Amino acid sequence: MEHIELFFKSIFIDNMVFATFLGMCSYLAVSKKVSTAVGLGAAVIFVLAVTVPLNWLLDQYILKEGALVWLDAKYGVDGAETLDLSFLSFIMFIATIATMVQLVEIIVEKFSPSLYNSLGIFLPLIAVNCAILGGSLFMQSREIPSLGLALTYGVGSGIGWFLAILAIAAIREKIRYSSVPPALRGLGITFIITGLMAIGFMSFGGMLTGGDEKTEEAPKVEAKADKKDPLKKEDAKEIIAENTKINK
Amino acid sequence: MGLLSKKDAALITDPLADNNPITIQVLGICSALAITAELKASIVMALSVMAVLAIGNVVISLMRNIIPSKIRIIVQLVVVAALVIIVDLVLKAFAYELSKTLSVFVGLIITNCIIMGRFEAFALANGPWKSFLDGIGNAAGYGLILIIVGFFRELLGSGTLLGLKVLGDPIEKTGLYAIGYENNGFMLLSPMALIVLGIIIWIQRSRNKSLIEEN
Repeated sequence: MEHIELFFKSIFIDNMVFATFLGMCSYLAVSKKVSTAVGLGAAVIFVLAVTVPLNWLLDQYILKEGALVWLDAKYGVDGAETLDLSFLSFIMFIATIATMVQLVEIIVEKFSPSLYNSLGIFLPLIAVNCAILGGSLFMQSREIPSLGLALTYGVGSGIGWFLAILAIAAIREKIRYSSVPPALRGLGITFIITGLMAIGFMSFGGMLTGGDEKTEEAPKVEAKADKKDPLKKEDAKEIIAENTKINK
Repeated sequence: MGLLSKKDAALITDPLADNNPITIQVLGICSALAITAELKASIVMALSVMAVLAIGNVVISLMRNIIPSKIRIIVQLVVVAALVIIVDLVLKAFAYELSKTLSVFVGLIITNCIIMGRFEAFALANGPWKSFLDGIGNAAGYGLILIIVGFFRELLGSGTLLGLKVLGDPIEKTGLYAIGYENNGFMLLSPMALIVLGIIIWIQRSRNKSLIEEN
């Protein structure tokens, strides 16, 4: 159940492109044709599915505060459990990602040279696709508890990204036949379409809270929103203070 | 002859308008959108990117003759990651609340395409002083868009600028709110960042027809 929930949540609600704007550069650059979009999307799913669990292991056993306790237990290194290497996580994560992308590049070149040629420069650029690093960083900051869930999260967010790029590529193929204002053509209209699609995806937000039913998820989501948006929190406090004044 | 020759000045002014990294080169969009609900976060993000890009450009430019071209991507990533770690720690030390707001997006400066793009396109072929100017210029062009988007989103979304209530108080109904103005909370949600940016691009391209794309 946990897995299914996280899976759909990472596809629809926390969609990489529409909710957090990750991987926008390649999303905009490679979405002119459906075929290349599918190729890149599949590569992103694969890289995310491999790197998120790998980075979860790294985080759990090396980087986290106190993660090195196994050094102490097994090899008798004193004070290892007090180490906090989490400041190294950017470098460690990006190294894992760069290695995996290199691997994908070799595999794609071997098995599908035509896809390799059509993706061109964008295949190595997956290494600097924010969606990939973002997946690992969100995995770290949301404290995903197990390796299995990390895999689910990686695959789910990969599929979410795939869906987004597939949809925009399909729309862009058709939009050629419509008369967009000249200054809005290309980049501008793509942004606005993405914005409209993002509004559509926001409606999935109600999926897990289940309307009026009080679930455990609801307060969590609110707490998150508060953290992201301190202004709102202040407003809310003021409103409460105001209300109590009126009540008195 | 001033401090900057004409060519050097162009390095800074070009990316501000006609060669803007975001609207023309389509680089570094991710972070441009995610953190612009508040003007303050946009400014801090712009400054962080400026620091990383300017220093990184100089470092890469100094090393350009000794980096083997086959492993240059890894070298670049290591340089950026090191600089971003420094920025992240500085933010955590001096602006902890803000670093919470920016959350993972500071880390995502590593994968900001502007940085890799400028390293590849400029720092690997030019001297340190020019690379420094190029870094400042491109980061300023990026920051400019960030600040414009952040300005409109915060102003229309919560009626404040940098946390100051410029439009009056929404609860006590002063200022603009007295004549029935309401905050448009929708501006704070993520889709509006995309639409605001789309509109900026629209305006820019209708002012400068040479930038218009085929389709």
